[in-house]
Amino acid sequence: MTDPLPAVWARDLAKTFRVPEREAGVLAAVKSLVHRRMKDVAAVKGVTFRLEPGEIVGFLGPNGAGKTTTLKMLAGLLHPTAGQAAVLGHVPWKRERALLSRITLVMGNRNQMQWDLPALDSFALNAAIYRLPPAEFARTRDELIELMGVGELVTKPVRNLSLGERMKMEFIASLLHRPQVLFLDEPTIGLDVTAQRTLRQFVAEYNRRTGATVLLTSHYMADVTALCRRVIVIHHGSLLYDGDLAGLGEQFAAYKTLGVTLDGTDGAAAGVDWAAFGEVVATDGAKVTIQVPRASASAVAARVLSELQVADLTIEDPPIDEVIARVFAAGAATAAAATDGDDVATPSVVEPAATSTA
Amino acid sequence: MLRLYAGAARMSILDQLQYRTANYLYMIGMIAEPVIYLVVWSTVAESEGGTVGGYSAGALAAYYIVWTLVRNMNIVLTPYAWEWRIKDGQLSGELLKPIHPIHRDLGGFAGWKIVTILYWLPIAAILVWLFPPAFSTDTFSVLAFVVALWGGFLVRFMLLWALGLVTFWTTRVGAIFDVFFTVELLASGRLVPLSLMPPWAQTAADWLPFQWAFQFPIETLIGRLSRAEILRGLGMQAFWTLVGIGILTLVWPMAVKRYSAVGG
Repeated sequence: MTDPLPAVWARDLAKTFRVPEREAGVLAAVKSLVHRRMKDVAAVKGVTFRLEPGEIVGFLGPNGAGKTTTLKMLAGLLHPTAGQAAVLGHVPWKRERALLSRITLVMGNRNQMQWDLPALDSFALNAAIYRLPPAEFARTRDELIELMGVGELVTKPVRNLSLGERMKMEFIASLLHRPQVLFLDEPTIGLDVTAQRTLRQFVAEYNRRTGATVLLTSHYMADVTALCRRVIVIHHGSLLYDGDLAGLGEQFAAYKTLGVTLDGTDGAAAGVDWAAFGEVVATDGAKVTIQVPRASASAVAARVLSELQVADLTIEDPPIDEVIARVFAAGAATAAAATDGDDVATPSVVEPAATSTA
Repeated sequence: MLRLYAGAARMSILDQLQYRTANYLYMIGMIAEPVIYLVVWSTVAESEGGTVGGYSAGALAAYYIVWTLVRNMNIVLTPYAWEWRIKDGQLSGELLKPIHPIHRDLGGFAGWKIVTILYWLPIAAILVWLFPPAFSTDTFSVLAFVVALWGGFLVRFMLLWALGLVTFWTTRVGAIFDVFFTVELLASGRLVPLSLMPPWAQTAADWLPFQWAFQFPIETLIGRLSRAEILRGLGMQAFWTLVGIGILTLVWPMAVKRYSAVGG
C-alpha cells in the first residue's frame, strides 16, 4: 500500500530578497545615487515539510521568521529562489487556474470585502469569479453563514461591521469555493477572545466537514492548541521543529512544574525547605509552585508526597507560550552560532514523497 | 466570463449609488474646466467673425457639452492606483483569484459609467439651457456615438492599465505619468479641438491614441464627421484597443513574475 499524495509539500524551499541598503544621512544618500548598494536577505532558507490531506498544522515562529513568505510561496504569490513545492499536485507559482480555484489564503490584516456594500454582494461577486453554479453557491453561502452565526450581519454594509465581524465575512468569502487547502496567516490577529473562539470553531468545523488541509500561522497559542496536533516551528528562515504539539514541550522545555497544595493553614507552606525539592516560582497561600528537571519530576513528586502532608499535587508541562518562547530563544542562539543557517537542527522533518509534478 | 462582468458592474453600480451627492459634486466640479474653454473659444470665435477653426459658438457649445460626458467616460483606473495596490497588498488578493484582475476592473468601471451617464443627463440639460448648442447630427451618427463613447472608454482603460504596470519596475512613476497626461491633454482634444491646433500638432496627434478616446466620440455626435470618417475612427479605436491588449499580454506575465520575485 502506498502513502496518499500529500496535500502540500515543500523541499528545500528558499527565498532570498535583494533589497537596497544605505546608511542614514545626506552623504549616504548622495553616494547611493552613484552606487546603489544591495543586500541579500534570506527570508526562508530551505525548508522541507509535507502536509497530509485533512491535517491542520500550526506554523509557528516569531515576527520575521519566514512564515508569511513561505505561505506566499505555497499560495503562488512568490516565486522561490530555490527548492520545490507542490500544492494539490500543482507547482504553486505557476498559478494555474486549477490550483487557484482550490486554495485560499486568508490574511488577518487584509480584507477583500467591498467596504460600502453588504457582504452578500461581495459573496455574489466571488461566486462569479470562481464560476460557482448558483444553486451550489447559495447552499455553501448559507451553510457558512449559519456555521459562523452571522445571519443578521450579512445585509449590513461592511463598513458598519466590527473588526471581528469583518473577519468572519472574510472567512466566508474565502471559503465559498470550498477550497481544499487553506493557508491562514494570523487570521485572529486583533480580535477579541469571543471572535477568536468563533473563528477557531469555524475552522475546525470546516476541516471536519470538508477534509480540507489547513496551514495556520498565529501568535495566539490558544489558536494553535485548539486546532493543531502538529506544529512546524520556523526561525530565521530555518525549520526548528516539526512534530506533535505535545512533543514540543518534551524537546524544548527541560523542566516540569509541580503545583503542591499542603494540608492545613495558609502558613503551612512557610516552614518547608522547598529548595530541597526544586526552584520555587510562585507561592499562593498553601499552594507552592516549583520547577524541577523533567527527568526527575516523578521522583520529586514521590518525595513530596512521602515527606509532606499534601492535599493536592499537579505535574504539568510549562504553558505552551513559554515553551514556544524557549524554542524561539533556542533558534536565535543557534542562528547566531551558525554562519549560514544551514546547520540548524531540523528534528522530525519528514521528506516529501517524490511523486510531485514539479 | 459574462457573469463576472455583470457581477463586477453590478457591484460598482451599487457602490456608486451609495455616493450620489459626492458623485454629483465631483461631476459639477469637473464642469468648470470645459465651461472656461467654451467661454474663451466662443469669445475668440465672435472676435473672428463668428467661427474659429470651423467651429461656430453653437458648435463649440455642442463640443464642450458632449466633452463633459466623454471626460467622465474617460475616467478609468489611474496608473497611480498600482502603487497603492501593491503596497496595500490588494494585488496579492487579486492574484489569488483564478482570473486576470483586469476583468474585474473593466467590469467595475463599465458599471460605474452606467451611473455616470444617468448622473450626467440633468447636468447636460442645464448646460444646453445655458449654452445653446448647434448639433447637425443624424441617426447613424447617434448610434455610432454610442459605440464610440464606449470604444473611447475601452481605449483609455487599456492604455492606462498598461501604463500602470510601469509601477512594477520603478517606484518613481509620477514623472512618467505626468508626461503621459500632459501629452494626452494636448493631443486628445480635451484642451482644445485639434482643428484649432497647428498642423504639425494635428499630424502628431494622428499617430497617438488619445484623440480616438476623446475627440473622436465628441465629433461623431456633433456632426463634424462623415460616415467614412466615423467608420475609420471606430477602426482606430479597435486598433488602439488591440494595441493595449497586446501590450498587456506581453507585459503582464513579466509584471507578475517581477512581483513574485520581490514580493508585495
